[in-house]
Amino acid sequence: MATQDPGFKRELLATLPSLRAFAVSLSGRHDKADDLVQDTVMKAWAKHESFEMGTNMKAWLFTILRNEFYSQMRKRGREIQDSDGLFTERMAVHPSQYGIMDLSDFKKALDMLPSDQREAIILIGASGFSYEEAAEICQCAVGTVKSRVSRARTRLQDLLKVEGEGDYGPDAVSAQVTSTRHIG
Amino acid sequence: MNDLSALRRRRDDGLGPNTDIGRKLRALFATVEDQGIPPHLLDLLDRLDEVERQSSVHLNSATAPEDGE
Repeated sequence: MATQDPGFKRELLATLPSLRAFAVSLSGRHDKADDLVQDTVMKAWAKHESFEMGTNMKAWLFTILRNEFYSQMRKRGREIQDSDGLFTERMAVHPSQYGIMDLSDFKKALDMLPSDQREAIILIGASGFSYEEAAEICQCAVGTVKSRVSRARTRLQDLLKVEGEGDYGPDAVSAQVTSTRHIG
Repeated sequence: MNDLSALRRRRDDGLGPNTDIGRKLRALFATVEDQGIPPHLLDLLDRLDEVERQSSVHLNSATAPEDGE
């Protein structure tokens, strides 16, 4: 009766990399993030019977992880948040067309956002959730997610402009286009 | 259809494929995603699987006559 659907594990495995990236963005550190993912996997496994195969497992897992993070935060106080390390560890190899310096400037700007705005722009812009899914994950209204994303984007554009856009070669054109053509 | 409206929405929120912020967000995320799954998490899943298998074997042998293999 309690036998695991093999599809459950497969889907879980497929989601782990992006779940882990979300965990790093929340906790700010890879070691804490891995603990968080581990706790999430245990929780998800324990309540897999409440999950309906064919529905959105990614959103389900993100919700469990986020709840786990905030409940641990409440238990331990604020020591978990160490945004200094956010994304910077193990960035030695990276796959994109951006230079490391470029991304680390971006990371710094991202770290300056209030955590609710950072979370919203990550769920929408990086994890690929819809506003409705993000609202469910964050347990807030769709309009709240929209306004958080919009404020986050505006703030990031300001921060990146201030930090000298155009200094880094190939990116200057697109940076300029997006920052000057943006209408709130 | 869906893709088109998703694309339009992405363009509206300024995080689409041609935006600087959207691309950097995804590039930053990819630096973590591309690290793959740490071995201890894979071990954990295998252990959970194993526990599950054993408990279902117990369950089957307790409730049903053995089928053998």
